[in-house]
Amino acid sequence: MIYAGMFYLATLLLVGGVAYKIFDYSRTPAPLVIPTTPAPTTQAGVVYRMAKEVIVFESLFKSNKWIWVFGWMFHFGLLLVLLRHLRYFTEPVWFWVGIVQPFGKYASIMMVAGLAGLLARRFLVDRVRYISTPSDYLMLVLLIVIGLSGMTMTFVAHTDIVALKEFFMGLMYFDVQPVPQDPVLLVHLALVALLMLIFPISKLLHAPGVFFSPTRNQADNPREHRHVAAWAARLDQNN
Amino acid sequence: MAAAEFDIPEIKDDIEVPKLREGVMAHAKTFLAPKPVQDFMGYPHELADDWKESALEKMGDLLGKYRSLKVFLDACVHCGACTDKCHYYLGTSDPKNMPVARQDLMRQVYRRYFTTAGKLFPKLVGAKDLTKDVLNDWYNYYYQCSECRRCSVFCPYGIDTAEITMAGREILNHVGMGQKYSNEILGKVQKIGNNLGLPGPALLDTLEGLEEDIEADTGVAVKMPLDVKGAEVLLVTPSADFFSEPHVESLIGYAKVFHAAGTSWTLSTHASEAGNFGLFNGNYETMRKVAMRIRDAALELGVKRIVVGECGHAWRVAYSFWNTLTGIGYGGNDPFSIELQKQLDPNYPQPQHICELTNDLIKSGKIKVDPSKNDDLIVTYHDSCNVARASRMGTEPGGQFTIPRELIQSVVNNFHNMADDTIYESTFCCGGGGGLLTDDLMEVRVKGALPRVTALNNVVKEHQVNFMATICAICKAQFTKVLPKYGFDMSMVGGVHQLVAKAIILDVPAQAD
Repeated sequence: MIYAGMFYLATLLLVGGVAYKIFDYSRTPAPLVIPTTPAPTTQAGVVYRMAKEVIVFESLFKSNKWIWVFGWMFHFGLLLVLLRHLRYFTEPVWFWVGIVQPFGKYASIMMVAGLAGLLARRFLVDRVRYISTPSDYLMLVLLIVIGLSGMTMTFVAHTDIVALKEFFMGLMYFDVQPVPQDPVLLVHLALVALLMLIFPISKLLHAPGVFFSPTRNQADNPREHRHVAAWAARLDQNN
Repeated sequence: MAAAEFDIPEIKDDIEVPKLREGVMAHAKTFLAPKPVQDFMGYPHELADDWKESALEKMGDLLGKYRSLKVFLDACVHCGACTDKCHYYLGTSDPKNMPVARQDLMRQVYRRYFTTAGKLFPKLVGAKDLTKDVLNDWYNYYYQCSECRRCSVFCPYGIDTAEITMAGREILNHVGMGQKYSNEILGKVQKIGNNLGLPGPALLDTLEGLEEDIEADTGVAVKMPLDVKGAEVLLVTPSADFFSEPHVESLIGYAKVFHAAGTSWTLSTHASEAGNFGLFNGNYETMRKVAMRIRDAALELGVKRIVVGECGHAWRVAYSFWNTLTGIGYGGNDPFSIELQKQLDPNYPQPQHICELTNDLIKSGKIKVDPSKNDDLIVTYHDSCNVARASRMGTEPGGQFTIPRELIQSVVNNFHNMADDTIYESTFCCGGGGGLLTDDLMEVRVKGALPRVTALNNVVKEHQVNFMATICAICKAQFTKVLPKYGFDMSMVGGVHQLVAKAIILDVPAQAD
């Protein structure tokens, strides 16, 4: 029951919180044309630029190969792991989720290795140590423990995934089932709920945020197209 | 009063990323603006008792008006990719000059007062109270940023510290801490018409003097028209072009280009300044007021084209913002925009950079040049930050890199680029931009120039480069002052149209018998 309540609350805060931030970003005007140039001059070009950022982390690659390697390993590993987890939320399991299974399993190693590399940098590099707050270290630790606890259940001591699926399907259809009492699983789930909870009030907002970054999502065509925010357009009327 | 002594950094073979030294630039503080200067700008000149509430109120206001500020303060993950990218960090090793740390001076306060995590668990997330010490840090370090955007190239989310610096300066002005240098200049441009405070008659006199010089030099009566109604082109150029060296050589170059092309043009006393320090202060209304002078002059003189001379931040404002602020450009379908659009010639981009104009004329053969006139020079080109990372020339992205170089190479036979990671979008700011071109920030300027100077030194050693061309008035002023401190000759700095001026072929009138 506690776990059911915990997940309902976490889901509500995650979805509601992120939706609110997305709403907030989209209604905040970007009054000036400020893409970092050289920049695409068309909307299609912007979509391509944003895709390169989100899929291969283009700017980060230009910037620092170590952060790029560790960061990309973590994010891509996380993606495959999450796709594998879809098996707990759909019945029957989707065909391509079945194919993802082995990839997701071993991607967990890539994911945790990436996180470990990022954590090491926070200790080893003076410039990164200087800017790291307690929450920066803890966020990485949180993700690593989620990853390691998950890997423990996959590689070391299997948990009752049938009962686990019944629990999650039960939550989705509002027919609450008991959660398996495996301690590793309970830690894994509790930490995941914590992650969901803090997502909209932490730097994880970089996920929706990047799509709203004016230096990346604006087209560079200010001479051809007049871009003016509503609050700024009022100044024109006084002239 | 002699400036405080400081060590000129040693130029090494490569740009090195130093280990951080905390507080090493904590003493650098640009002069505060006195009461009359602040009064004119509509700001207080000293902190009132409720300065903290006032600052936070202004921060809230800016967060609601600028998506950049809101997203950038939220999205940073402290990855550290930007930490070795700022020339002020590379030159000073003060960690607060790392872009992320400079932003954090504001982000920590933002988190404390505007976010759930910062309100509930400040120590956990590095949220800090806004105290006088923090405010002083803001004043100190927001005037050690030249708003060059280099950091935004390398941030995974494109976070642009310049946007934070601009907001920081606006908040500081709002509570009474303004910078004397920038705010005095903004007073001059609004009261007199240009940053130097050069009034109309003095400008006319200067231009007439230059006309005489050109004629004496070339035998050709090249004119520098002022306030001519019905001219085809309105040229707006940084006021430094009127009498600073080497800037004036470029002005002579523009005049020769118009003469050779047979294009009628004019300067304007009302719009005798391309520069717009409203950009540096992060104040939209001020930036707009200054930019409106161009629109007013264009309407008054009935010109068909607006062309901008060699100025970095001015080109950013002109290219990226004039259409928004003043309707100079196309695509607006409101009365304000249409009033000016219907007067302008749609065959040309508005505004146009003088390099775009001259390059087109040379490529199409409408003007002729002899590059051998510049054979004594082995030239390199410094990409000015605002041109590189906040503008475009021509029709393709990256034209701001290729067009000036194409132009240079048509008037010069010997050209070499500096190292790849110091040019194009990775170009290093000269160190004097963004409101820092003042003697009271000389240490910041000298140290900030180190990365560019290192790259220049390498092409001097390798290719015997003896001239660095640039299209920014601030870069020209900064380099002529700072390069000698590193042992270079100040005459190796100059404009692109300075090179054009030497190579251009003007028709010499037939000699009277």
